[in-house]
Amino acid sequence: MKNTKDFAESIVSAAMRKGATAAEVMIVEGSEFSVGVRLGQIEKLKDSASQHLGLRVLWEGRQAALSTSDFSKDAIDKLVQEAVELAQLTSVDDQLCLPDPTDFAKDWPDLALYDPELDSLSPDKKIELGLAVEAAARNADSRIVNFDGGGFDSASRGLIMANSLGFVGSYETTACSLSIVPIASENGKMQQDYWYDNKRKFSELESADSIGKKAAERALRKLGGRKVKTQRVPVIFDQRVASSLLGDLFQAVSGDAIIKKSSFLVGKLEEKIASDLLTIIDDGQMVGRLGSRPFDSDGLPTQKTIVIEKGRLNSYLLNTYTARKLGMKSTANATRGLSGPPSVTCNNFFIAAGKNSPKEIISSVKNGFFVTDLLGFGVNIVTGDYSRGASGIWIENGELTYPVEEVTIAGNLKEMLKQIEMVGNDLDFRDRISAPTLKIEQMTVSGE
Amino acid sequence: MKQSAIEFFTSHFNVTLSEIGRLLGIALSKGGDYADLYFEYRINNSVMLEETLVKSASKSISQGVGVRVNAGEKTGYAYTDEISFESIKRAALTAAYIAQSGQDQVTPINVTAISNKHNFYDVAEPLSEVSASKKIGLVKEVDSIARNFDKRIREVQAMFFDEYKIVMIATSEGVLVGDIQPLSRFGVSCIADEDGNLQMGRAGGGGRQGMELFQTELTPKKLAEEAARQAIVNLEAVEAPAGTMEVVLGPGWPGILLHEAVGHGLEADFNRKKTSAFADLLGQRVASELCTVVDDGTLPGKRGTLNIDDEGNPTTSTVLIEKGILKGFINDKLNARLLGVPYTGNGRRESYHHIPMPRMTNTFMLAGTETTEDIIRSVKRGIYAVQFGGGQVDITNGKFVFSASEAYLIEDGKVTAPVRGATLIGNGPDALTKVTAVGNDMQLDHGIGTCGKDGQSVPVGVGLPTIKISEMTVGGTKR
Repeated sequence: MKNTKDFAESIVSAAMRKGATAAEVMIVEGSEFSVGVRLGQIEKLKDSASQHLGLRVLWEGRQAALSTSDFSKDAIDKLVQEAVELAQLTSVDDQLCLPDPTDFAKDWPDLALYDPELDSLSPDKKIELGLAVEAAARNADSRIVNFDGGGFDSASRGLIMANSLGFVGSYETTACSLSIVPIASENGKMQQDYWYDNKRKFSELESADSIGKKAAERALRKLGGRKVKTQRVPVIFDQRVASSLLGDLFQAVSGDAIIKKSSFLVGKLEEKIASDLLTIIDDGQMVGRLGSRPFDSDGLPTQKTIVIEKGRLNSYLLNTYTARKLGMKSTANATRGLSGPPSVTCNNFFIAAGKNSPKEIISSVKNGFFVTDLLGFGVNIVTGDYSRGASGIWIENGELTYPVEEVTIAGNLKEMLKQIEMVGNDLDFRDRISAPTLKIEQMTVSGE
Repeated sequence: MKQSAIEFFTSHFNVTLSEIGRLLGIALSKGGDYADLYFEYRINNSVMLEETLVKSASKSISQGVGVRVNAGEKTGYAYTDEISFESIKRAALTAAYIAQSGQDQVTPINVTAISNKHNFYDVAEPLSEVSASKKIGLVKEVDSIARNFDKRIREVQAMFFDEYKIVMIATSEGVLVGDIQPLSRFGVSCIADEDGNLQMGRAGGGGRQGMELFQTELTPKKLAEEAARQAIVNLEAVEAPAGTMEVVLGPGWPGILLHEAVGHGLEADFNRKKTSAFADLLGQRVASELCTVVDDGTLPGKRGTLNIDDEGNPTTSTVLIEKGILKGFINDKLNARLLGVPYTGNGRRESYHHIPMPRMTNTFMLAGTETTEDIIRSVKRGIYAVQFGGGQVDITNGKFVFSASEAYLIEDGKVTAPVRGATLIGNGPDALTKVTAVGNDMQLDHGIGTCGKDGQSVPVGVGLPTIKISEMTVGGTKR
């Protein structure tokens, strides 16, 4: 890393000298490389590095958060001065303070978040992979005629954090992703879909060949999509869309929503809110995973939290501030945009794998909808109302039949959680939020 | 006179015009066709209130330069946080590598500063000069007004955000332009609670205007009462219907329909690459003849408005659909050059970290002649949707959605019960062919829209008169 812990600590000290009650500095530096491909050629190539610094100060129960990409001495001096002045204008909040120093992360295990091989991978190799993933999709079928993007991206990132209660820590991460968006065409109609993989370690990335073929297969099976009649039927969320549902549930269990009474799960702790089959875990300590980190943005060691255990809501996800507000203990889920106060994020957030293969789940449905894509943002976390555009494949007598498009699926998360009838055994980790195939007993499919 | 954008960068960072010309020469040294430098200096301020407390005040400064090189259809891009000749030179050399045909020759470009033709920012009292305590006053006022509106309002959140962005763009065509772009957004949300039935209401607005906007048009009172009213209305909401039916959209923000149904599909990159459902439909009917749709970056003070786009071209007003016929696309420089058509001033980017793309500005439909009352009276069974959350489109198959957050049933020509939030889904190339009535009440939205494309967010506006769509699929739960 270019910047040092000493530099971070010197800014904390400067803020304290200006009269801050407490101060916290976070420095993020990183580089990104991306190659976008199109029809066998490089379309876009980007290669750059940048850095940003955030300072949060507390002043007698009030706070301000400032950030800058200008690291010159003058700019930092001005930032410190302005931070202390700005904090004085906000409200006194009794629950606002840094964590108890005895809770800070001290020693942490190597979570294998940084891959030297990826960091030293040549641009030529990255370009070659980008071209290979497209070629694999194109060669999969003659109806794959065009592309709406795809390529290889990699990034490395270093983070340093220091606060006025003596916490100082840093870690480095790498990440890479390979993706492709093929367009299948038949009878003048086009359909696109995508497949991808994201990993911290280059050697764990799914092969270009496999990603290209899966993406092509997904686009091809959408050709000839049609509407269906409006009806209530069992709905299966494939792996990718089940992760999106889990993302909605994260919002609902986040301390940020709970303290503002903005979640349908307010007041439901220790209640049975979901089917026995549903167990949801947040774990920041898994080796090599995208959602892992040694400490959160409050400086607390990350942990494993069972959020929902066999249908019972065990815990919300909390940072220091929201935990204090609720009279609970932080689950080390603090995050920070550099120019804002800490909010809540998930680490590796996943639904524990169930027993059934996706094939078994599909064969359990006589007449129903296998959803492979969702469109839009029609989820209301306050009420649980759920209504989204969907496409996928209709199921008849346990078999996938014809593609379906231009329909919506609707229900309410409160009921949907209780109606989870089957959980797939196909959990894998290609994002911070990961879920296996899920079957929901009944939802309204709206079409003709 | 105040310092211009060009004076700001050249004096503040000691970058001379001849150095800029040399940097452009370096960017083209490997044989690119076109290069530009995008200088950006941006200050964002925000204050946030929740649980009756002003919990935080924030300020963020970011500055840097992005270098772009085009060679045929290819783009090379690199950026730096450090605005100095040496750092920009490194970025220029990186971006240059996209072109491989050159013989490493640096020919400096002769750059001439050009002043902007227009000033579309409508600012009396610049927010960059308004104190944080005055902005805090606005969010506190929202809190007390919303809580007094109805005792069932249990939680109020308010966020005031303002941005002051200075940009300078130098192109290998020898043009140097700059702009100082103000932007603000005031957002309010309320939660109503009646015996555990929680409901939300939202309101907001802003634009490229000053403090005066929030003292006249978008006062804390107006926004607080609007958000609180919606939350209270939603306490009574019944299940939304499911199936295909007549839909009436209210004026203003429901114009998100146009943004999703046709706007994205008409962006030139998707049409040049023929990945859009609209590719090859130029000159054909894509809407009923009641529909004329325009993208206009020149409306004074609006959120999607700009004096120049992020490639340095003056923004324009572009007719996309005229009386139902597809007339034009939304173009940036690269795509206009490759397609051999004039660019429309729609090349936009999120920041100096990003490659520009064709993007919408303010997208709206021109007013028709009917009254809202007549339009509603003509509906036997349908929904009347007046407020929306976000939307999304699959540009390749044309399917799009947008989600109503305040909507009512229409039964026998009368607006009856409020319904719960529901997503509406349609097919872009034919959704507007089903527009059977257009009202005389065209409104632009209040300035809340942010559009996402390929990982880049930019502020946009939309507008719509009241319209009737003869059939659309409504994603409720009640059959």
